[in-house]
Amino acid sequence: MDREDLLLEVEEITKRFGGIVAVENVSFRVKRGEVVSIIGPNGAGKTTVFNMLTGVYKTDHGRILFEGKEIQRREPGEIVKRGISRTFQNIRLFPDMRVIENVLVGAHIKTGYSFLSSIFRSRAFREEEDAITLRALKILKEVGLYERRDDYASNLPYGDQRKLEIARAIATGAKLILLDEPAAGMNPQESSELMEFIRLLKGRGYTVLMIEHDMSVVMKISDRIYVIDHGKPIAEGLPEEIARNQRVINVYLGGSQNAVEN
Amino acid sequence: MDKTGKKWKLSSFESFAWRNAKLLWIILTVFLLMLPFVFRNPYFLTVVAKIGCYIILGLGLNLLTGYTGLVSLGHAGFVAIGAYTASLLSVKAGCPFFPSMLAGMLAAALIGALMGLPTLRVTGTYLSIITLGFGEIVKMVLMNWQSVTNGTLGVKNIPKPQIFGWKLTTANHGMYFLILFMIVLISLFCRSLMRSKTGRALRAIREDEMASTMMGIPVTAYKILAFVLSAVICALGGALYASLIGYIDPNTFNFDVSTLILSIVILGGMGTLRGIYVGAIVLIAFPELSRSLMKYRFVLYGAILVLMMRFRPSGILGWRSSLPYRLSGNVKKKLRKEADA
Repeated sequence: MDREDLLLEVEEITKRFGGIVAVENVSFRVKRGEVVSIIGPNGAGKTTVFNMLTGVYKTDHGRILFEGKEIQRREPGEIVKRGISRTFQNIRLFPDMRVIENVLVGAHIKTGYSFLSSIFRSRAFREEEDAITLRALKILKEVGLYERRDDYASNLPYGDQRKLEIARAIATGAKLILLDEPAAGMNPQESSELMEFIRLLKGRGYTVLMIEHDMSVVMKISDRIYVIDHGKPIAEGLPEEIARNQRVINVYLGGSQNAVEN
Repeated sequence: MDKTGKKWKLSSFESFAWRNAKLLWIILTVFLLMLPFVFRNPYFLTVVAKIGCYIILGLGLNLLTGYTGLVSLGHAGFVAIGAYTASLLSVKAGCPFFPSMLAGMLAAALIGALMGLPTLRVTGTYLSIITLGFGEIVKMVLMNWQSVTNGTLGVKNIPKPQIFGWKLTTANHGMYFLILFMIVLISLFCRSLMRSKTGRALRAIREDEMASTMMGIPVTAYKILAFVLSAVICALGGALYASLIGYIDPNTFNFDVSTLILSIVILGGMGTLRGIYVGAIVLIAFPELSRSLMKYRFVLYGAILVLMMRFRPSGILGWRSSLPYRLSGNVKKKLRKEADA
């Protein structure tokens, strides 16, 4: 793999909560422009991996390299400034704010004007505010929420709320977008729409790392898949390889003992 | 319930106000400018001035509770700090009103920043209890630090503000216009603040702290900022109030004042400016209007609050706006150009 293309390298990260090992020696890589998925049964430690990537948890062991620089000891605010932004398993929008305001909050770290210039509505303030508003509207057009920009976030249908979360993540200027179970709670039609949407993001040059349960989504849009179970990596490869992998099938269907014992 | 019917009514009211904005502004401006000359009853004007002071206090607490979502039960403490600092400076050191007021605001800012520090670790109800303690501490300090504060005797003969040698009193309507001017100034400040990235960050923190952190918002710093701004505005209101009444003692700023300010914010409509004006008018005017009912008026007063919370928990004017998001002229122009192209 060409180092230039590598956006994210995760090297054997481990996280313990007291005596419980939530994640153990998990490694993976994401290249620019890829859609990579992490799958695994409930409680496998997928969300813990995301929380380590975004600085919510600190890793006990291992390194996380983003664009070649270590970020495993950084605070969440610093990590998002470097270009990793996420969505949440149970949607976490700002419900009592409008759609466009949600995106503008995403643009917070890209907004430079000072407190005083916003109080006196200086020229610099107005110009920058106009610029980020236009950018927010452009992002809303990209994700197909332009028509709903004035609505309050809580009034959006479920699928649109997901899209808004992604739009908000894009607004941070993220190079890598982490999606935590984006298809959770969606019916088949909504999840196939979501799939199209993620494909669209990929087409626009965004890099996506996602956790997902819905196999139909994962198999169709991932460039590569990593499988973890009980906090341990058990397989990695192309979607077709993962679909045929006996250990993965065992883990998901609860077949033989091998996977668990290992 | 009849959610749709309600919404329709409100939005039609809003769009009416929107369509006739200019006319309504002119009527309101004329009304506020003429008020003291039309109603000459001094008692009435004192009540109006008191309502004005409480609007300022409400606007201050609204920044913290309405926008940032941190409930304070001790804001009378900040009012007291502003009132005492300003009054003591002018009574004991002969300092003019406006520099004294600024000193009071500065003192409140420092203490507000200190009060903001617990937000590092404490949220929700626990934070409210800390603010409750803060209000009581301020009161106790004022009572017992007798060499400076005069203790329970309070501060008497607080001078009125002067502008170029002109004394602003209730009788010559100077106080009325000073308070009105301050309300306009603070309202403009709040409006500008809420339409900037700072205001959006504060509201985002109220809505979801975790998500705000993930957007790169330094949550603690913004919470402290909210405490400071809120304390400064309340201190300004306190200094004005002390000068208006002319006498303060530690009991002027007891727990009842804290709950009254909080009630104004909640009853009027948290996180709106319009709600604060209405909340202050209702909650200050009502006890005055119902003086004839004497014994029962606080029962009624309590009943209003209970009924409001049952039927309109978002406050009298606390609805979500059904008007479109306001884009600046430049943005609209660019969008139109794009649409044409």
